[in-house]
Amino acid sequence: MQNGIAASRGIGIGSICVITEHDLSFENKKIEDTEKEKARFDAAVESFKETTATMAEDIRKRIGPKEAEIMEGHLVMISDPTMAGEMKKMIDVGQCAEAAVTAVCDMFIGMFSTMDDDIMQQRASDVSDIKTSLLKILLGIEDIDISKVAPGTVLVAQDLTPSMTSQIVKENVVGIITEVGGKTSHSAILARALEIPAVLSVPGITEKVKNKDTAIVDGTDGVIFINPEGDVLSRYIIKREEFIKKQAELKSFLGKETKTADGELVELFCNIGTPKDAKKAVECDGEGIGLFRSEFLYMDNNHLPSEEEQFAAYKEAAEIMKGKDVIIRTLDIGGDKDIPYLNMKKEDNPFLGYRAVRYCLGNKDSYITQLRAMIRASAFGKIKIMVPLVTCVEELREVKNMVADIKKDLDSEGIDYDKDIAVGCMIETPAASLIADLLAKEADFFSIGTNDLTQYTMSVDRGNADVAYLYSTFQPSVLRSIKNIIQCGRAAGIPVGMCGEAAADPLMIPLLISFGLTEYSVNPVLVLTARSVIAKWTKAEADALAEKVLAMDTEAEIVAALKEASKE
Amino acid sequence: MVSQKITITNEQGMHMRPASVVSQAMAAYTSNVNIIFNGNAYDCKSVMMLMTACIKCGSEVEVQCEGPDEADALAKMIELIESGMGD
Repeated sequence: MQNGIAASRGIGIGSICVITEHDLSFENKKIEDTEKEKARFDAAVESFKETTATMAEDIRKRIGPKEAEIMEGHLVMISDPTMAGEMKKMIDVGQCAEAAVTAVCDMFIGMFSTMDDDIMQQRASDVSDIKTSLLKILLGIEDIDISKVAPGTVLVAQDLTPSMTSQIVKENVVGIITEVGGKTSHSAILARALEIPAVLSVPGITEKVKNKDTAIVDGTDGVIFINPEGDVLSRYIIKREEFIKKQAELKSFLGKETKTADGELVELFCNIGTPKDAKKAVECDGEGIGLFRSEFLYMDNNHLPSEEEQFAAYKEAAEIMKGKDVIIRTLDIGGDKDIPYLNMKKEDNPFLGYRAVRYCLGNKDSYITQLRAMIRASAFGKIKIMVPLVTCVEELREVKNMVADIKKDLDSEGIDYDKDIAVGCMIETPAASLIADLLAKEADFFSIGTNDLTQYTMSVDRGNADVAYLYSTFQPSVLRSIKNIIQCGRAAGIPVGMCGEAAADPLMIPLLISFGLTEYSVNPVLVLTARSVIAKWTKAEADALAEKVLAMDTEAEIVAALKEASKE
Repeated sequence: MVSQKITITNEQGMHMRPASVVSQAMAAYTSNVNIIFNGNAYDCKSVMMLMTACIKCGSEVEVQCEGPDEADALAKMIELIESGMGD
């Protein structure tokens, strides 16, 4: 067994085909006829462009436009006047084309690979791919045709270049193992797009295996086995079947409504951090945005974001969601999230200090900027305002007064917005939970933030290893709190959502169904999983389970009972 | 020569797409167009040079244009950067 990076999920079992690296060494001879050498160079570049354009088109058709951008990027790079220009300058002074290509490419590889930036390091592998392709053309080396490998092949390579990956026939390749590359490398992106299990960064693998060896590629856990012994193979065959079944089951939930086994509809939203993530939410079949963290506007910036900057971001998300809910949480700063340019004071107890709505109400100018941007963006979709860390009714009232004042201003300025824009609050403190009935009279909706609610209810810092064992949303105290919040919200007739990690937890979902949660907000990749779990439970079954576990004394008993009852 | 300071607001900074949008647009001008960042000049007609600058979101850069159509080139650069350079 060997470990690597889990780059594309699933289990592949098959026969190895090792892709050997070509010998790209060349004789560095002095060139006399530099014009002739430049013509040879130009011809190689032309041939490279032609092949690359064909591959880009092929990938666009077979996989998708986003994946084709990789090859198109190679075209842009080789067409750069600096790139070809520098190479030609070297030929002019008597270097051969191979040497010129190598030197200029190596220079860029060196520059990109030292940058402290994942995306830019990726450019180093682009240039490396260009260099290899050009050298192969110049040296007249034919590539192995990966498109011709037999069905049931596990490809093993030093690195899978995009040009190689583009030739993969999905039906024949069951797994990919490489020596280099990470989760964001091109090989990983393409493997995921083709749904081929892949484990990358397995050192020395091309030396250790030979053709026809049997390999297991577990791209979910990032593990590989070569010529597995004992019952490993049979275990993985079962694991593979389970994975395929699970995937098929999840896919069957694409485009479906989210409802319990007895047909009660609930909403399944997504948590996002940037407007771009909203696209991901749509791709993953999310029905709205239950939590749009607005912090990115502040954190990836060196100044307070202007009203226009924020308006553009909120409007973009609203437009992507096309009229579906976009619940934006107002600035949740402080605690563990610092913004250097705000020069916030160092506090002894930051989680009990000047954070979230407390900070915002103490810095009204910048809060008005944010609220105005949100309210203006409501003209372009269904935006809802969510206030974090509320602990007393006054805080919510104060925000609502500010919203009312901003609406008046916008009216007098003749600026359009949604007159009925909802203002709700996060319930994530024991204080808010205990007065949920009072807050429900002021709020248009609730959203339970289970991470903070658990931390504050249990008085435990989850990052502190000595006490982290206490951090569990299944503690009787936390479950009682969640139940109370949902019931208070339902009694007042307002929707109650949950945007913490617990909303996607298969063990928690039956309890939430029983308590009457109306909206589940989860990471986009968990939408189908959550939908499939919700579909397994009837209200009556969930009620029986909830009644049973709420009568239990300890977290351990509760978790054991939930696991026992689990339908996964 | 004309120049102007401006902040890059693309989420991912000057990566592949913005750099190619800028270099392709600048190819139409005869002036020399450079971005000055951290004391170095980067040729805006070269996608590779722009990417090697490793300009992140929130960085302030100076755009310098010199040549017969320098004012137009500068205006175009500012427009591109403000509009997110195709991102």
